Amino acid sequence: MPAPIRLRELIRTIRTARTQAEEREMIQKECAAIRSSFREEDNTYRCRNVAKLLYMHMLGYPAHFGQLECLKLIASQKFTDKRIGYLGAMLLLDERQDVHLLMTNCIKNDLNHSTQYVQGLALCTLGCMGSSEMCRDLAGEVEKLLKTSNSYLRKKAALCAVHVIRKVPELMEMFLPATKNLLSEKNHGVLHTSVVLLTEMCERSPDMLLHFRKLVPQLVRILKNLIMSGYSPEHDVSGISDPFLQVRILRLLRILGRSDDDSSEAMNDILAQVATNTETSKNVGNAILYETVLTIMDIKSESGLRVLAINILGRFLLNNDKNIRYVALTSLLKTVQTDHNAVQRHRSTIVDCLKDLDVSIKRRAMELSFALVNGNNIRGMMKELLYFLDSCDPEFKADCASGVFLAAEKYAPSKRWHIDTIMRVLTTAGSYVRDDSVPNLIQLITNSVEMHAYTVQRLYKALLDDISQQPLVQVSSWCIGEYGDLLVSGQCEEEEPIQDEVLDVLEGLLVSNLSTPVTRGYSLTAIMKLSTRFSSDANSVVSIYGSSIDVELQQRAVEYNALFKKYDHMRFYSEHCCFVQILPALQVQSTHPPCFTGSIYTSSLFYRFNLHVLYYLVSLLFQANDLLDLLGGNDVVPVIQTTLPTKPASAGGELLDLLGDLSLSTYSKNGLKIEFTFERANPNPNIAVITIHATNTTEADMTEFVFQAAVPKTFQLQLLSPSSNIVPALNQGSVTQVIRVLNPQKQQLRMRVKLTYTHKGSPIQDLAEVNNFPPQSWQ
Amino acid sequence: MIKAILIFNNHGKPRLSKFYEHYSEDTEQQIIRETFHLVSKRDENVCNFLEGGMLIGGSENKLIYRHYATLYFVFCVDSSESGLGILDLIQVFVETLDKCFENVCELDLIFHVDKVHNILAEMVMGGMVLETNMNEIITQVDAQNKMEKSEAGIAGAPARAVSAVKNMNLPEMPRNINIGDISIKVPNLPSFK
Repeated sequence: MPAPIRLRELIRTIRTARTQAEEREMIQKECAAIRSSFREEDNTYRCRNVAKLLYMHMLGYPAHFGQLECLKLIASQKFTDKRIGYLGAMLLLDERQDVHLLMTNCIKNDLNHSTQYVQGLALCTLGCMGSSEMCRDLAGEVEKLLKTSNSYLRKKAALCAVHVIRKVPELMEMFLPATKNLLSEKNHGVLHTSVVLLTEMCERSPDMLLHFRKLVPQLVRILKNLIMSGYSPEHDVSGISDPFLQVRILRLLRILGRSDDDSSEAMNDILAQVATNTETSKNVGNAILYETVLTIMDIKSESGLRVLAINILGRFLLNNDKNIRYVALTSLLKTVQTDHNAVQRHRSTIVDCLKDLDVSIKRRAMELSFALVNGNNIRGMMKELLYFLDSCDPEFKADCASGVFLAAEKYAPSKRWHIDTIMRVLTTAGSYVRDDSVPNLIQLITNSVEMHAYTVQRLYKALLDDISQQPLVQVSSWCIGEYGDLLVSGQCEEEEPIQDEVLDVLEGLLVSNLSTPVTRGYSLTAIMKLSTRFSSDANSVVSIYGSSIDVELQQRAVEYNALFKKYDHMRFYSEHCCFVQILPALQVQSTHPPCFTGSIYTSSLFYRFNLHVLYYLVSLLFQANDLLDLLGGNDVVPVIQTTLPTKPASAGGELLDLLGDLSLSTYSKNGLKIEFTFERANPNPNIAVITIHATNTTEADMTEFVFQAAVPKTFQLQLLSPSSNIVPALNQGSVTQVIRVLNPQKQQLRMRVKLTYTHKGSPIQDLAEVNNFPPQSWQ
Repeated sequence: MIKAILIFNNHGKPRLSKFYEHYSEDTEQQIIRETFHLVSKRDENVCNFLEGGMLIGGSENKLIYRHYATLYFVFCVDSSESGLGILDLIQVFVETLDKCFENVCELDLIFHVDKVHNILAEMVMGGMVLETNMNEIITQVDAQNKMEKSEAGIAGAPARAVSAVKNMNLPEMPRNINIGDISIKVPNLPSFK
């Protein structure tokens, strides 16, 4: 078997591949060679093979068959082998493979090796991918190394301890004694990692936090030395002495000083010193300043210091360096809740950042602008934000639009301004607004009664310009349907459309390719509503859609047509009981009485239910014959109670009230009349609540009145106690009793009724059957 | 904590990928591709911070990157790391690579991936910053490389020879030897009979 090629050769070969397929072929060939080499258990070349395998892994090819080989390399005595073996372990292995546990023993031996670099390798691997079991086993070794005087090992042990604590938090106590003199180290590497270790321990356990608070003076001293000491070539980065360590110490001070007055006071001086003395021309200085600002904001610093901090952030905003501006905006966003007024001072700069070319900065500036909006600056801010909405990238539009709506809702100075703003949003970013903004807007418009005319005119104009933005179109068609009469009534400030024009526009929506099915539904309903308000006939339009492919549209068109045909003469009772006007009232979701939301498209089922009620109400107007045809005659002569629902369209119109008025008198004999009324006023839709009212038209009272009822087996009946047993004469009063019927299978309700009472001294008994309950009561 | 360190070129080919949190192999490749997508769209003079892609933790994690010639160095960190500090760390990393490889270029990274990993291991361990002093890092890496070489045996002889020559302290060879004008008097030798 020829010697396996070197890594370099392999890389060179792969680079000559011109296509992905060629590369894959080469790699497969090499993988096969490596596999056979592994099988031969050749120690000499294992290292080389694993190195090649790692390279192929980086390119994305599967390399799991090398995992065991890594273990063998780790167990070898040579440093070269161990190095590649540990690297392979870190790249290829993880907790989920069982193989990794085999490493534990090797690592344990290596942690006690004579060569520091081997120990370093072991610590590194354990710190990168050690599982909880491994950490538990080896924590003792790590702790021992934490106390060694070798700074190279000490710093690695510190970070390894952090990993152990993250995996097995209970072991934190174990490392406590070793931390005693970590901070007295001179070596910056050890100092740095020790501060990381202390930070991790303080973040995890409040007890540790209390314990380490006494280190604050020491930390302050170290920080002071760093700042005051002269030029130290070892740790210098662009003229500042070890900025990484400074930043770490500042972060630890932040955690220690949070909500503790004494520590905060001890830090005040040094923080002020850092804030004023650090050079800001380079990124390093700004990094330290930024960390200082965050610390000042978090601890209980004195107010002068806080103002200094926010001013520093304000200065950052004007810096040329984009990175500084970005971090400044991020931290201002965090502080805007607590120090609102101070941040307000920089509002103009923040608003300018909206015009920046950088996407990350724009997003931060937008979020911050929304946080700064309040009642005083709403007009100015909204102007800027709307301008931003016009010109920003599509990825921002949705968030910006929602933000504008929220802000407008909270702080709108007037209704007209509010509606104007929303319209502006709809016209500029209409396709990006959220779905629920359409019903919200409709609700808003309905509430502002005095603005109806203005709104419908503006919406009509907007519709003429552009019909591509669906939310705008939906709101406009709803408004035109509702307030179309205002549009053509002569109140228009500009050129007034005539009825036909309006209908044409709505028709245009129906046929346009840009309209979604939902929008078409809106416009069809609007046309139908207008047919009552306008004198022109919208029938033809609606009936076309009776054969539309869209089921929803078809259903609506057919039902509207039916309404038109049957009750055509009702059309003109627009003042009193125009049922078509009731339609919006019926589409109620009674969350906010007395206003209503037109959530037509979410409740087409609901809508159909409403339409049935509508039919029923309408049919109540007609003679008994008609009703008999509808309900089916039987031997009991029904006497219809013609209660016209006269609720105007804009009233709360809760469905329950309308149903509550429904009554069906089903028994009338010998002067005793019994009326049934229905309610569905409870959360369970399967239960119908029927109330009977018994009245007596004769001159004598009916005493010992007992009402009994029986229902078919699929139903369950519950009779509550009656109001009394005496039905007074001459309609002077009535006896009421509540019946609850559970109808889980939604079948036609039938009831057999037995009445017993004493009239003029003689007992009377009667049986009757009631079959003609209206469908709404049991559906 | 640093979640991942990625180096890829302008076309998205990975030159180094180190993850400090576990992802499956497929996810790792997807993360590299997604990060390349996000980073390559950026203009030259915008800020170096980005929200992390969906695969690597979304908006909780930040991508901090620097573009050097043909390579992107991307560090994916969470909120506990100072963003500006990481920018400096990337700079230190690149300067260290420069010192170790002598005017580092992309080819060096391509052919010596394992060495780059070793250098990185001295700087970042378990997702946390270990050492930031460039000289310290280089000293450690050199010492370990020497150990490797001493183990290499015969096969390492050429490499050792090369490095021996490199380390030789030769005095500066004079470039121009200016002897000046020498007039050599040629004696009149009697012709041989």
